[in-house]
Amino acid sequence: MAFVTATWNPLGEAFYRKTEVYEMGWRLSSGLRDCLVAAAPYGGPIALLKEPQRRSPSARPQLEIYSSSGCSMASFVWKSGVVKHLGWTVSDDLLCIQEDGTVLIYDLFGNFKRHFSMGNEVVQNQVLEAKVFHSPYGTGIAIITGAFRFTLATNIDDLKLRRLPEVPGLQGPPTCWAVLTQDRQSKVLLASGLDLFILDNTACSAVTPPGLSPQVCSIVQMCVSFSYKYLALFTDSGHVWMGSANLKEKLSEVETKVKTPPKQMVWCRRPKSHQPSVVMMWERHLLVAGECKETIQYKQMTCQVLIDRLVYRKLYPLAIEICRYLKTPEYQGVSRVLKHWACCKVQQKEESDEAIARAVSVKLAEAAGISYSEIASKAYECGRTELAIKLLEFEPRSGEQVPLLLKMKRSQLALSKAIESGDTDLVYTVVTYLKNEMNRGDFFMTLRNQPVALSLYRQFCKHQEQDTIKDLFNQDDDHQELGSFYVKASYKEKRLEARLSLLQSAVDEYNKAKNEFAAKATDEEMRLLRFQRRLEEEKGEQLLGLSLQDTLRVLLSVGLNKPAEQLYKDFRVPDKRYWWLKITALADKEDWDELEKFAKSKKSPIGYLPFVEVCVKKHNKSEAKKYISRVTPEQKVKAHLAVGDLEGAAEAAIERRSEAEISMVLSRCLSTTDRGLVDRLNRARSTTAKK
Amino acid sequence: MAAHLCYGRVNLNILREAARKDLREFLDKCAGSKAIVWDEYLTGPFGLIAQYSLLKEHEVEKMFTLKAGRLPPADVKNIIFFVRPRLELMDIIAENVMSEDKMQSPREFNILFVPRRSMLCEQRLKEQGVLGSFTNIDEYILDLIPYDGDLLSMECESAFRECYLENDQTSLYHTAKGLMTIQALYGTIPQIFGKGECARHVANMMLRMKREFAGSQTQILPVFDTLLLLDRNVDLLTPLATQLTYEGLIDEIYGITNGYVKLPPEKFAQKKQGEGGKDLPTEPKKLQLNSAEELYAEIRDKNFNAVGAALSKKAKIISAAFEERHNAKTVGEIKQFVSQLPHMQAARSSLANHTSIAELIKDITSNVLPTRLLPPLASETFFDNLTVEQEFMTGVDTDKVNTYIEDCIAQKDPLIKILRLVCMQSVCNNGLKQKVLDYYKREILQTYGYEYILTLNNLEKTGLLKPQTTTRNNYPTIRKTLKLWMEDANEQNPNDISYVYSGYAPLSVRLTQVLARPGWRSIEEVLKMLPGPHFEERQPLPTGLHKKRQQGENRTTLVFFLGGVTYAEIAALRFLSQMEEGGTEYIIATTKLINGTSWIKSLMDKPEVNI
Repeated sequence: MAFVTATWNPLGEAFYRKTEVYEMGWRLSSGLRDCLVAAAPYGGPIALLKEPQRRSPSARPQLEIYSSSGCSMASFVWKSGVVKHLGWTVSDDLLCIQEDGTVLIYDLFGNFKRHFSMGNEVVQNQVLEAKVFHSPYGTGIAIITGAFRFTLATNIDDLKLRRLPEVPGLQGPPTCWAVLTQDRQSKVLLASGLDLFILDNTACSAVTPPGLSPQVCSIVQMCVSFSYKYLALFTDSGHVWMGSANLKEKLSEVETKVKTPPKQMVWCRRPKSHQPSVVMMWERHLLVAGECKETIQYKQMTCQVLIDRLVYRKLYPLAIEICRYLKTPEYQGVSRVLKHWACCKVQQKEESDEAIARAVSVKLAEAAGISYSEIASKAYECGRTELAIKLLEFEPRSGEQVPLLLKMKRSQLALSKAIESGDTDLVYTVVTYLKNEMNRGDFFMTLRNQPVALSLYRQFCKHQEQDTIKDLFNQDDDHQELGSFYVKASYKEKRLEARLSLLQSAVDEYNKAKNEFAAKATDEEMRLLRFQRRLEEEKGEQLLGLSLQDTLRVLLSVGLNKPAEQLYKDFRVPDKRYWWLKITALADKEDWDELEKFAKSKKSPIGYLPFVEVCVKKHNKSEAKKYISRVTPEQKVKAHLAVGDLEGAAEAAIERRSEAEISMVLSRCLSTTDRGLVDRLNRARSTTAKK
Repeated sequence: MAAHLCYGRVNLNILREAARKDLREFLDKCAGSKAIVWDEYLTGPFGLIAQYSLLKEHEVEKMFTLKAGRLPPADVKNIIFFVRPRLELMDIIAENVMSEDKMQSPREFNILFVPRRSMLCEQRLKEQGVLGSFTNIDEYILDLIPYDGDLLSMECESAFRECYLENDQTSLYHTAKGLMTIQALYGTIPQIFGKGECARHVANMMLRMKREFAGSQTQILPVFDTLLLLDRNVDLLTPLATQLTYEGLIDEIYGITNGYVKLPPEKFAQKKQGEGGKDLPTEPKKLQLNSAEELYAEIRDKNFNAVGAALSKKAKIISAAFEERHNAKTVGEIKQFVSQLPHMQAARSSLANHTSIAELIKDITSNVLPTRLLPPLASETFFDNLTVEQEFMTGVDTDKVNTYIEDCIAQKDPLIKILRLVCMQSVCNNGLKQKVLDYYKREILQTYGYEYILTLNNLEKTGLLKPQTTTRNNYPTIRKTLKLWMEDANEQNPNDISYVYSGYAPLSVRLTQVLARPGWRSIEEVLKMLPGPHFEERQPLPTGLHKKRQQGENRTTLVFFLGGVTYAEIAALRFLSQMEEGGTEYIIATTKLINGTSWIKSLMDKPEVNI
């Protein structure tokens, strides 16, 4: 038992020991000396780019990918441009950043996925140095170019290049730099000698770490903790400054007594301690500095990430077992693993479409929330259109099927699926697509068979393409709508002749539609317009655009009785309305004699209460009273009230023994002044009520 | 903040909070200072979700209204367009972006689509060559907006027009999506009933979406027991009738928009001592109306004829409370009195406001006029109009040309009033005789202008106006079976929903009432007479989520009116919720809060006369 401590080595007050967990399976002939190396976090894969042994123009470097235990997963000759930096994304894809700013993406089996460029400035000035970083927004890339300017992309899956502002007075490359994520923004922290700067999207600001040792002349190395919370700076004086990444707080400072900059410097957490520390590595020795006061505890790697990693390594059965064991909800667990499996399956060239489709459907049948369209998309990418269509049929979300169907030029099917989904925006999208793809005749025929799409397209045309809507109605022989179309168009015309000709077209269409009423009404409208113009020319009255009623009103008010009479006859204006018009016009003119004459001319079709009312409206009660005797008994009370004759109203109401009318009169009486009347009415009401 | 949303049976504040969270998240995505460019239509509905203070907290420094041309200057990092997905708006945005001054410090452009992103719109931006200029393009899923403790609205004005006139079912898709959001927050609704074509369509989409998202089921105990989907065109009659509840009348006369009403200022003059009340305010008085105001919650759903009594009772209580100060003798008592003062003062100002509103309404509606006779007899018009409406609803002389309508046309009363009456007559007569219909139409065209032929066409297309095709008029059967007319409606102490229209019980609410008890099977005949299919669907619940109902615990039903609902209908449903023996509480949702006027207006097509 005495040997238990034999393998432990002292490290300050603590002890450590090295245990070999497993042996690396690789055989590296010349170590990692002339290699670019990148290891993915959490024991992910390791990529090496080996420079060729012999330097000759034809010699190419070799790219190798190993698992974390050193098993070879891929190896191939690098044929693209000069690689400046290697890095891994959060989803285990390898990023190879070239000198010219081109970034090539490979999966962990060495299959090429895609590439993109970091922009013109980078092409021009070339990559001086690059870093790959991770944040809640995904994997990002930061580049400093030969012109000492930074270009940043926060998420390579949603590429938005940002060129950071210039650092004032920066003549050469910075001595060291790092990427930070603060306030939901990625920033660059750089050191040039003793000067520290923070670069964000808009500004470059100088910063000073609090309490930095005064002997320092230059900051030569820096590193940021995984969570972006802590920062460590290594200075030319051999000091390690540790503090918060926002440079607001110093946690500690250690003098290492080593002046050469370390080869590598990283934040880590010491075993059985929650306190973060900084580890530095030189050629021959290792140093741990730290003891930050603050404790932190967080879980970076979630189960979700674990499953992802297994899936990227195609370890599907294991992933499924773990999901089941952890009781991960099916949607996020088993279903997702199966989807990845299916995406991989459809790429197996040796199997037939039928066999694959069957295998996929059998295996995925029970799984909930599978996106078949994603799997189909993958099949289509591999050039297997038929397989893709077969797979799409399993997709329960019809909306999801549409974009791929369009891509595969199955537009008719896409239209039915879009309609099925109920999402009108999707229907519009397919319709617009069809419109550009088909000739007009076929396009209209297609719409004809799809009423939902047709109505939507009509709405679209109504706002966007007036001419097309006419063609649509024509093709459908929809004469009613054509008629309305011409009516609408007629109102846009300024010239009367053009307007009349459009209205004539409307009449023709309404006739074809057998809408007799609309045809007649529109014809009437044309007649009115012609009449108005003639009268305007002859009498100089502004009439065009007025309704028939308003035209009559104007004519009567200026005393053009003859043309008014004529309109009344020609347009068969009902007597009642004409009488109303006439007496209102006469009252407006306060032509009381004429009004009285008119009342006596023949029996009024509207009765005589309106006569009372038009007079009262013009504040002429004495004229109004003239007509009360002719008002029918039913309206008498109202007439008396209108002229303010409470006595008369009471009389009439009592005579008619109407409880409602008595109440109406009562409500107009004031208890103070109309005492006697109120009593009479109340008595009358009680006798009426008894009956 | 939004306390009035929490009081009800269902806490609708959860929905509002979810909406606010989404908004904050989007704003934070655009780092730095911001200016919002608003699609004007959205500002009202957004006001129900978040005030300016929330936006300000997230660095929104300026707000503009979306319009063509160049954007106003603003020294901000981000410009965010808050827009509905409409092509014409995309063209304006494109113009804004293209005319941006390149020399100025660059501003980042962002779009937030409400309620949903649109491929069509993005395609349009691409064609205009500006799609690449946007840093963030996102959607803000705002389908159902919490309006009050028991009320949700999509605030989609054109929904009825689009569904029944233009056959554009976009709003129904949003309805279905909105109901999915509701189910995500409040659990799966196990029972769905519906009546009408649109209801069927929405239910189909919901069931489909449910299948599509199988596997991501929510494990929430259902809050709602039943969803009832009702097409507005199942009951075209109700919105045409003049609402007679307090809130309904405010809406009929002044119009309530996004929970606010603007009133004529005269009656709200501050009576200051010594000034003799000379300075009358000229700006309209703007008031917010919701259940957060205690008095309003008490009187909003009463028949207007019962409001006066309620107000005077309240006045007595408040003045008694103020009198209490004389009884406060000890320091402790005085302290207690003072602590209640703010609440009492708020109650007093609330009382003053509603007394003024009630006076305003009374001037217009009351048959009781002061002896001063002039100006025109507004109240008489109101009374006569009501009399005719009630005649139609009780089936009196609906097959003949109505003299009152004729007289109103002759005097060129507002067209919408005429249209409401003519449509009502048509609905109550199951269509008008061709001769009668043509007569009305001709009278309207000759009086108001031939351009209204388009509006008349629209009304015919939606079935509001139609020629009689069969000699048989269904309406009396429907009226009798569903007891749509109650002779002795009690306005003061109602015992039936018919009090909201002083006699007429809204058809839509009767259908809801019958569904709860004794069930629709009892009215199969009538259901067949009303347009569209009626149906029932069940959504299975995972085991363990079945509700164990306590004895006497009420059921909760969500009633969704597709195409709009009136305040009077809401009042009737609230009345049913409060009935002790009812057994069901109702939450109301709709595409838009409407009244007869706003509804008919949405169906009008009036071309600009250019000549």
